[in-house]
Amino acid sequence: MSKSSDMRTPLGRVRGLGAAREGTGHFWQSRVTGLALVFLTLFVVGLLVSLNGASYADVRAALANPLVSLVLLVTIVTGLYHMRLGMQEIILDYAHGEFSKYLLLILNTFFSVAVGAVSAFALLKIAFGG
Amino acid sequence: MSQPATRAKPRPLSPHVMHYKMLPTMLMSGIHRVSGAALYFGTLLVAWWVTAAAGPEDYFNFVAGVYGSWFGQLVLFGFTWALIVHMLGGIRHFIWDTGAMLEKHTATKLAWATLFGSIIITVAIWAVIFWARGAA
Repeated sequence: MSKSSDMRTPLGRVRGLGAAREGTGHFWQSRVTGLALVFLTLFVVGLLVSLNGASYADVRAALANPLVSLVLLVTIVTGLYHMRLGMQEIILDYAHGEFSKYLLLILNTFFSVAVGAVSAFALLKIAFGG
Repeated sequence: MSQPATRAKPRPLSPHVMHYKMLPTMLMSGIHRVSGAALYFGTLLVAWWVTAAAGPEDYFNFVAGVYGSWFGQLVLFGFTWALIVHMLGGIRHFIWDTGAMLEKHTATKLAWATLFGSIIITVAIWAVIFWARGAA
């Protein structure tokens, strides 16, 4: 805490930054990913309803379609980014200790990346005929 | 006149949530958060399914069997509702972001619309699923 070098008040220094220290970025990113997810999710729900009870071969053929594969990949990346933002908000609301807060925030990122990597790899494997 | 580096006393907290009368907007706020958290872990079901599709046929059939069991269908029904109620809740937030429909009674009607709309859409999706299954 510098005493005299900063002319701004303590309130002025932190205003707009929030608990995650990144201002309105979180809010805006959650809105943009959320907007995209409205359309992406409707597509995926339609796809899954149409694949209801489908055989192994039919499911793989549908997932190997380039357009389906691309939309699913974008949905997964967008969805995981969106949910990571949401879970970050939940953690910042309920985790009061500094240690537990940072531990949970790191686990949140690990979980999102892991689910995304596994799903994306599986989709690419099917798309490239693996 | 410098500020102390640490707070001298704890800041006042708002009363605990249990002290408030439950209102529709409050209920839907809670459902939005809980459904979001459920969807967060629900992504594991999606990852499991696409992984199974990328693997051998026997394993895919096993996973499809789990999802096709009565318990699997119940979980997927819940997943669908969480998805739809969270989506409608998100759209409700988009409306509010423009400054519209924030008035008390309007916000209450919008909260009920989110709840009933999500139930109707979820049941409609599953009606299509069962209808398609019967037709196949």
